[in-house]
Amino acid sequence: MGWLRFLLLVLVARPLALFLTGADVTGRERLPLKGPAIVAANHSSHVDTLLLLAIFPSRAVSRVRPVAAADYFLRDPVIGWFSRHVIGIVPVARLKASSGEDVLAPARAALAAGDIVVVFPEGTRGDGDELGQLKGGVARLAEAFPEAPVTPVWIQGAGRVLPKGEAIPAPLNCAVLVGEPLIWTGDRPTFMARLRESLLALKDEAPPLRWS
Amino acid sequence: MDIVATVRAFFAAQPPVLLIGLAGVVALLSVAGAIATALTALRPGQDYRELRQRIASWWVMVALLAGALLLGWQATVVVFALISFMALREFLSLAPIRKEDRPAILAAYLALTAAYGFIAADRYMFYLVFIPVWTFLGLPFLMAMLGQTRGFLTTAATFHWGLVTCVYNLGFAAFLMRTPNTDTLPAGAAGLVFFLLLVTEFNDVAQYVFGKLLGRHKIAPTVSPNKTWEGFLGGWLATGLLIWFAGPVFTPLAGHGLLVVAMALPVAGFAGDVTMSAVKRDIGVKDTSHAIPGHGGVLDRADSLTFTAPLYFHLLALFALDKF
Repeated sequence: MGWLRFLLLVLVARPLALFLTGADVTGRERLPLKGPAIVAANHSSHVDTLLLLAIFPSRAVSRVRPVAAADYFLRDPVIGWFSRHVIGIVPVARLKASSGEDVLAPARAALAAGDIVVVFPEGTRGDGDELGQLKGGVARLAEAFPEAPVTPVWIQGAGRVLPKGEAIPAPLNCAVLVGEPLIWTGDRPTFMARLRESLLALKDEAPPLRWS
Repeated sequence: MDIVATVRAFFAAQPPVLLIGLAGVVALLSVAGAIATALTALRPGQDYRELRQRIASWWVMVALLAGALLLGWQATVVVFALISFMALREFLSLAPIRKEDRPAILAAYLALTAAYGFIAADRYMFYLVFIPVWTFLGLPFLMAMLGQTRGFLTTAATFHWGLVTCVYNLGFAAFLMRTPNTDTLPAGAAGLVFFLLLVTEFNDVAQYVFGKLLGRHKIAPTVSPNKTWEGFLGGWLATGLLIWFAGPVFTPLAGHGLLVVAMALPVAGFAGDVTMSAVKRDIGVKDTSHAIPGHGGVLDRADSLTFTAPLYFHLLALFALDKF
């Protein structure tokens, strides 16, 4: 299964990301190459996941695993199989977060196994213009793995390529800006503030989005 | 040893003049690379990374285009379709677009596909009117049906401007590949395209170099502060002389026609450069993307070509080619 996923990522995901977005990456050398590591990105489109899987070097790509909502990606068996085995998702039962169940267990298991876990702290796809409210799960993961760097990534323009609710992607350039990795600060509120700051600083460096 | 024989036959079938021209470009690039290496060694304090990056990118661009030209019209049409696609994607990504315009963006890419389809099918008359007339009318109609009237005229104009420059104008370079050999071409159809690319890029570099060496008086300080009269005139003279002496080698141009091309083409290259600068300034970016290391985006590199390609094509059609 591993080699099939690797081939699909390198031979399909990469050319597709290049075709749809130009995959213009700044700070590529800051991406983690081995786990346990956390990548935290803003979220406006499924194209975000495609891009994040496409920009890692080949030697690291098998380790990259996006955290995704179980209620959405595992809703039917075919999409579920594809999500698990090709995209390589770490399922999070976000609807059960309030029921006291430990929804981060699969993500912690992935980190413990040495994977590079990609999280979208906004928890859902936004409109692509503003950074939404960040959820605290990423801080709990960083706390559990203080040795894992948390790399902030701002993706500009994916929401134009494939907005929420659209089926056909329109090729438009996206900019991916990789920031300096954050280290666990010791408490959740300062860590979350630090992460938000980093993401907004990256957003300021991104080329302007002229759409309204 | 079949491979050696095949390669030898492949090059033997090419017009010798075209191969000499390509060898000349390779020699020029090698000299530029040697100068960059020497500068790095002689002045360790200076940072010549960007210069070396620019030259490395030139190698890639030359290899890609030379390979396409040698392989024939099919490969050249595919490569130019890709260049147009990347240029249009850059343009539509930067231009102000309304959220409702997504179907129009998709339609613009369909128009690109159709335009290059007409080149591949060798339907010149279809090509000539398709973008300037039919997409000019069709895209705004589609946008009207989408129902958003705020900023309608500006957006319609933006789409059309992008399609004409990035697709229609660049496509003329590819359409030259469909010139039949009965038009007495000294270096084949590929020689026509090679010469257009050579003089356009030579003009870019010459204007840049003369501007760096002698530049004093700014031409359009509000649009492009690096452009000077000295750079423009130096480049115009150097490119004009190159066209005058090398034009007859690669193209059927002679006499009056050659003189007009030599006078007009460098001006068109300059015009393309300045006009795209105005567009970029309006949008608020310096480069259209980072697609070509050291150069910026595809549109940054092809800006002068969007103006020289249609002019060169139509002057050739007027003075030298029977087909068009």
